[in-house]
Amino acid sequence: LPSPCAAAAAPLCRPAWLPAAGERRYSSRGKEKLDMSTYPVESIRNFSIIAHVDHGKSTLADRLLEITGTISKTDRNKQVLDKLQVERERGITVKAQSASLFYSHEGINYLLNLIDTPGHVDFSYEVSRSLSACQGVVLVVDANEGIQAQTVANFYLAFEAQLSIIPVINKIDLKNADPERVEKQIEKLFDIPTDECIRISAKQGTNVEKVLQKVIEKIPPPQCTIADPLKALVFDSTFDHYRGVIANIALFGGEIAKGQKIVSAHTKKRYEVNEVGILTPDEQPTHKLYAGQVGYLIAGMKEVAEAQIGDTLFLYKQPVEPLPGFKSVKPMVFAGMYPIDQTEYNNLKSALERLTLNDSSVTVHRDSSLALGAGWRLGFLGLLHMEVFNQRLEQEYNMSVILTAPTVPYKAVLSSAKLIKEYGKDQITIINPAQFPDKLSVSEYLEPTVLGTIVTPHEYIGKIITLCQDRRAVQKDMLYIDENRVMLKYLFPLNEIVVDFYDALKSLSSGYASFDYEDAGYQSADLIKMDILLNGNPVEELATIIHNDKAHAAGKLLCERLKETIPRQLFEIAIQAAIGKKIIARETLKAYRKNVVAKCYGGDITRRMKLLKRQAEGKRMMRKIGNVEVPRDAFIRVLKREPDK
Amino acid sequence: WPYCRKRCSYCNFNTYVVPAVDEAAVRACLVQEARTLLSLSQVHSVSSVFFGGGTPSLASPGTVAAVLEAVAAAAHLPAGAEVTLEANPSSTSTSRLAAFRAAGVNRLSIGVQSLDDAELRMLGREHTAAEARKAVEAARGLFPGRTSIDLLFGLPGQNQGAWAQRLETALGLCDDHISLYQLTLERGTALAAQVRGGTLPAPPQDLLADMYHTARSVLVAAGFRHYEVSNFARKGALSMHNLSYWRADQYIGVGPGAHGRFVPRGEGGRSREARVQTLEPVTWMQEVQSQGHGTRSWVVLSPLEQLEELLTLGLRTDEGITHKRWGHFFPQLSLQAVFGAPGEARALQQQGWLVLDSSGLRCTWAGLAVLDSLLPDLLWQLQR
Repeated sequence: LPSPCAAAAAPLCRPAWLPAAGERRYSSRGKEKLDMSTYPVESIRNFSIIAHVDHGKSTLADRLLEITGTISKTDRNKQVLDKLQVERERGITVKAQSASLFYSHEGINYLLNLIDTPGHVDFSYEVSRSLSACQGVVLVVDANEGIQAQTVANFYLAFEAQLSIIPVINKIDLKNADPERVEKQIEKLFDIPTDECIRISAKQGTNVEKVLQKVIEKIPPPQCTIADPLKALVFDSTFDHYRGVIANIALFGGEIAKGQKIVSAHTKKRYEVNEVGILTPDEQPTHKLYAGQVGYLIAGMKEVAEAQIGDTLFLYKQPVEPLPGFKSVKPMVFAGMYPIDQTEYNNLKSALERLTLNDSSVTVHRDSSLALGAGWRLGFLGLLHMEVFNQRLEQEYNMSVILTAPTVPYKAVLSSAKLIKEYGKDQITIINPAQFPDKLSVSEYLEPTVLGTIVTPHEYIGKIITLCQDRRAVQKDMLYIDENRVMLKYLFPLNEIVVDFYDALKSLSSGYASFDYEDAGYQSADLIKMDILLNGNPVEELATIIHNDKAHAAGKLLCERLKETIPRQLFEIAIQAAIGKKIIARETLKAYRKNVVAKCYGGDITRRMKLLKRQAEGKRMMRKIGNVEVPRDAFIRVLKREPDK
Repeated sequence: WPYCRKRCSYCNFNTYVVPAVDEAAVRACLVQEARTLLSLSQVHSVSSVFFGGGTPSLASPGTVAAVLEAVAAAAHLPAGAEVTLEANPSSTSTSRLAAFRAAGVNRLSIGVQSLDDAELRMLGREHTAAEARKAVEAARGLFPGRTSIDLLFGLPGQNQGAWAQRLETALGLCDDHISLYQLTLERGTALAAQVRGGTLPAPPQDLLADMYHTARSVLVAAGFRHYEVSNFARKGALSMHNLSYWRADQYIGVGPGAHGRFVPRGEGGRSREARVQTLEPVTWMQEVQSQGHGTRSWVVLSPLEQLEELLTLGLRTDEGITHKRWGHFFPQLSLQAVFGAPGEARALQQQGWLVLDSSGLRCTWAGLAVLDSLLPDLLWQLQR
């Protein structure tokens, strides 16, 4: 699957499942347990780095880790905090990581906890949950690209959380860098005086030390004390096959140590603490963790669900008022996932369970279909999230799956008494097109919307406005952030941006426009369900709920793309789009009339046999719709425009 | 004989254009290798010999004679054994052909390829249509009833009308055997690059199918038997040598890059092996000279692999895979038991692509044209 974000080279690709022990570069302090009591609350700063994709967040993190001696300085330190293979391959951060830095400033030893955040529009939820463990952020903006859509979104997340914001202008070493212009943009949009911006080059290390000093000066220490009872916020969790759940915690009061009995405010379950420590960025055990500090905890939790993000932990028999939990995960995109072969069901099930242990933002519901057998309906934060999840299934668990067309969570207001009784409510959420209720039993359909932010050089405005109108979007705002850059705000139906909006935007702006979005509730919509048929048999993967006005064009396009994607077979294939019984588009894929290699003698038939055998084995991986054989990835390919086309 | 005077624009075979060939050395190596392999295979009788390449008609008749003598010395070479030489119209003067006949060649396969000068130029051939015609006439005089011609169709820009015309001309010229090949645009060839680059048009799929169907109909109407995907013969003039490949008989391959399939009984082998000679001529010769053979790889074929090859090759012929031949490879389970049971093969029979009857398993007229779409299904069923 092509990535909707800018692809970046992947210089270092340690597969995520390889133990890092042999190449730990982070610490020269040995395995002695650290005494964390030497870091009182006043000398602690908890902060995140937030930035638009590719503005240099991970590089700055690498430099901070080097300066503070957390990792040794080598030219191999590239995106140290990006541990997953997909992260390095795609140049994005999917999963928040943390690192504790030790830094001496004006005679005081500081403990700086850097909580890294994901860097893509799909993962703004993860950003917000990382931010709740912080008192401040470093907002990184590229000196050449200036403020982008995600810069705006991230700024508001930090601003609303009332965090101190340190603006940093990165990549000043670039030829086209224009830090002055960026400073003015920051002043205009965020109301931060130009002289507060720090100009740096994370790549060359210029002024990076100054960032650390500002972190100490401008970000307040956490407001809490050791004297209070234990109050720990779970802000992330990972699953380790040997040690169980590793919860990332921020202490808002008291202290925590091995042997203590703790209780989860959310589940009320009791645990005994096995190990606490700090992340550097790998786990480094400590005797204790104290109020204001950030680290990890292992306490015999078997599932990540037990370490719910946003949960509060306290000492047994010393309950505290739980911290305000985060907003719960809200999947924006749903898709069915099925094993290619039903005999693989259990393997896929266990792979899914393991992967969701580490990615609690994916929602999983069991599902089954006549055509695809038993499977699941998964909810993702966005399409990139879905792709990343699928890629991790393949890379880390060697699983290949059938994915259905992504759909957004539509709603239907029911009018049929029978259905209302059946569902026990008069409004239902539809996450599977198969469950789309007929118009006759519905008084109104609703579709989710998002408020999209687009930042673009002004020469692309015309094209972008056309694109947005084509996607049924309504303009809400338009603001020049400097002489030649514009910020546009549009209310989009979510389904219009889910699949390929980002790609389209990037391509018509030569990559210069950026995009981010936030949830904006539901609106009434004229929706229908469109089926795709191959020789009269419905392709369940491609059933979609779609706006009535768009059905014809979408149906035609899907049929055309399918015609290009499905290999010719021994018989003619009718590819049709249908609404109910009405056919709205049709393409015909002609039968193979000749397919036989011309020359075949005593020469090299070994290579030919290999090819034929691969094709024979490929039969197993084919999805059969009626008697039509379709390559497993064909459907996702037709849904997503190939970038090289 | 891996050498050519010039590389044709469509050819990706293991061929070499060199300024000078040390023919005595090549000859000695071919003879040595033939001896080695024949002794290894311990075959009693050799039923056919085929000189291919490259351009074997560039070799001197003496080299052909030397190899045949070596074969006859190492095994029985019956008087009626088919001995074919592949020849290029540009190296087939009547006197040369006569010398080859005297050396023991009794069948000629001429690479005519096209009977149109513009097409021949596009293919990078050295000869003209007139030269090709002369060569075929000379050959027919010397090898009556045993001359074959090769023709290509589906050339970039060729239309149905042009092809029908070529075919008509070819019918007026040919003897009792024609090989008709759809041009394959092989990767790395000059012609494929021109088509990919857009300088030449890619022939449309449906046109190629039409050309093939036309050719089959025309030749069958002219009394030819369509006995293999690309091969037609009348008056029983089938190529026995090539037929033995499709029947998965044993064969040895002598020369750079040559393939063989046989049981190396001379080494105490019991299973059929796939053997390949070293690809590069200079290295091949060095190996033959220093160690007595130029075999680069030998792989034992499992019973399943042997059946896969039998199926893939056998279904190319009009006789298909006979029960007898199948039983020879796999007496444990009959053709009927494997492909008569419910499954892919039965579905393909019901759809009219395949026939399984008292003589064996074979393609129907329509099935033969789409064999490569049938094979993955059949192999998949066979594997199970």
